[in-house]
Amino acid sequence: AEVEETLKRIQAHRGVIATVVINAEGIPIRTTLDNSTTVQYAGLLHQLTMTARSTVRDIDPQNDLTFLRVRTKKHEIMVAPDKEYLLIVIQNPCE
Amino acid sequence: MEIIYAYTRRRSEFGRPCHFSDRAAEVDVDIPPDPSMASAFVLRNPVDSYVQHTSTVSEHEVNTERVEVQSRGVNHVEGGWPRDIDPQDVEQTIRFRKKVEKDENYINTITHLGTLMEHCIKQNNAIDIYEEYFGEEEMAEVDDEPPSAKTINVISMLTACFDVLLLKRDPNGTKRTATHLSWHPDTYKKLAVAYSSLEFQQNVKDMSFDSYIWDLENPNKPELVLKPTSPLVILEYNPKDSHVLVGGCYNGQMAYWDTRKGGLPVEVSAVEVSHRDPVYGAIWLPSKTGMECFSASTDGQVLWWDIRKLSEPTERLVLDITRQGLLENALGAVALEFEPTMPTKFMVGTEQGIVIACNRKAKTPPEKITSTYSGHHGPVYALARNPFCPKVFLTVGDWTARIWSEEMKESPIMQTKYHLSYLTDGCWSTVRPGVFFTTRSDGVLDVWDFLFKQKDPSLSLKVCDEPLSSLQLQDNGRVVGCGSKLGTVSLLEISSGLCTLQRNEKTLATAMFERETKREKILEARHREMRLKERARSEGRESKVEEKPEEVLDRVRREFFQAVEAERQRRVREEPQRRRDKVPVGTGGAPAGTEGSASAFQGQDRAGEQA
Repeated sequence: AEVEETLKRIQAHRGVIATVVINAEGIPIRTTLDNSTTVQYAGLLHQLTMTARSTVRDIDPQNDLTFLRVRTKKHEIMVAPDKEYLLIVIQNPCE
Repeated sequence: MEIIYAYTRRRSEFGRPCHFSDRAAEVDVDIPPDPSMASAFVLRNPVDSYVQHTSTVSEHEVNTERVEVQSRGVNHVEGGWPRDIDPQDVEQTIRFRKKVEKDENYINTITHLGTLMEHCIKQNNAIDIYEEYFGEEEMAEVDDEPPSAKTINVISMLTACFDVLLLKRDPNGTKRTATHLSWHPDTYKKLAVAYSSLEFQQNVKDMSFDSYIWDLENPNKPELVLKPTSPLVILEYNPKDSHVLVGGCYNGQMAYWDTRKGGLPVEVSAVEVSHRDPVYGAIWLPSKTGMECFSASTDGQVLWWDIRKLSEPTERLVLDITRQGLLENALGAVALEFEPTMPTKFMVGTEQGIVIACNRKAKTPPEKITSTYSGHHGPVYALARNPFCPKVFLTVGDWTARIWSEEMKESPIMQTKYHLSYLTDGCWSTVRPGVFFTTRSDGVLDVWDFLFKQKDPSLSLKVCDEPLSSLQLQDNGRVVGCGSKLGTVSLLEISSGLCTLQRNEKTLATAMFERETKREKILEARHREMRLKERARSEGRESKVEEKPEEVLDRVRREFFQAVEAERQRRVREEPQRRRDKVPVGTGGAPAGTEGSASAFQGQDRAGEQA
């Protein structure tokens, strides 16, 4: 219910192309993309987030990763990590 | 020193059993040391001697095989599902998902992450942090960079295995000129080069006829060896089908290759209907079938061919400026030019220095030749239209490069200075309208930027010591390949200043060309006026007096004597003044002398007139 609302609100923002929620094992729980793309994003971004998090913690053990943004030529991939889940949003920024 | 011990036994005692008994030790031999012998030895102190006890090792060298690496992607397939759930089964996955969504933890996490995410999304939508803030400044920096070019690759006909630039001994030893280069239309890594010897009657018996297609990744060995029946003077890739090439041979035949089928030509034109001289120009036509091309040669003909049927040309044109179509009057073609945007018109550069513009679709053969432009003192080796202003074209020949406008037939609108060596080839840059390249016979490649400087080339590079024979620019405008007389092909990368379009460059260049054209037009108009005036004046004079040669002579003589008479009288008038000033001695003779000489003159005149 709340979850639905939140995700719908996110999806409704200007420029948002897709939203994906994956769990700690990389299984997509909620997605607005087709299956094969979702699986690709899930696998790759999960690894990337793990690597980013370990990098941050290597540099400073007290620190932790809160947000990851990958800006590409075509759009921006935003990853909000958590202990168990991962929220991924792909947005086309305003240009 | 012998040590002897004698042992005796009686014969009858032989064979008797042995009785062993103890005996005391006896000294048999005693050899005392002899100090005198010590003098034969030299004392060595210290003595060093060594004993080797190491493991035997040997040295080996290994050169590994060239490893080919390929980039590949990885395809992710579903995974991570718990053991009891089969990912293919949709129902099970849906059930799993629903279960997760009911989880308390999930709800909290998602709400929390959701707010975080929204913050960032709104940030993105509010400001674009990656926009170009200082766009104009960047442009200014580009201009400061001095033009330069660097060699990226040298493909030599001679290549040897031990040198990094790879020279391998050409088995024939005769070096052939790289007469023409053609870049592969899609990948810019392949280059087809035609090799032949253009010296008249210099065909050495064992000179190879081969031409090569080189792959730039592997400059040691040609990718494909093309084996025509006679050396190729020109070789062109078909822009529509990158596997097909057409080649023009030294003996006038045309041949075409398919790279998928190997090095022998798929078909060769029949000798009787081909050119009778080396084919100097061959270009593909942009037809629907992509199979048509046309060629020109110094025998004065331009022939159109359909590749599929090389047994005879589809059309023929004789380059006779008197428009009578006679082969005897025809001019030999050395360069051919064709612009795909104007498919019916093409231009031919001839050996006599004249450029002929022709229209293929004219009704009658004489009308095919639309106009001629003469101006070069020697053969026009290269002809190219400006890709941005098609009315303007460049011709390269003798010691200059000239730029012409189609409208001005009398003279070029601009030309470079006279160099010390012949110019052998030239082409426009494909990205900048005011830039063109020329090669010289002293091995120098010139890059001219006509918007920047017209007197000198912007960049002059000495590529090699032997003359450069051909030039071809890649379509991206950055890399230029030049072939030399000894068969070396050098590839140069031009600095970005010379191959990036500046702001307003196209308008400036077009404006420059128009200005020059207008200037030439004005000059031509003035010349015409002057000529007309001259003609009118001479015609006017002729209607008054019908002058025959004798009358002209009389008139001239009369005018001459009148002038002499006038001079004499002037002197006579001056003499009395001088006499009054000077002492009057022998003055009687003076006037008489002058009188006498004048009468002598007149006597001579009369004699002349009577004659």
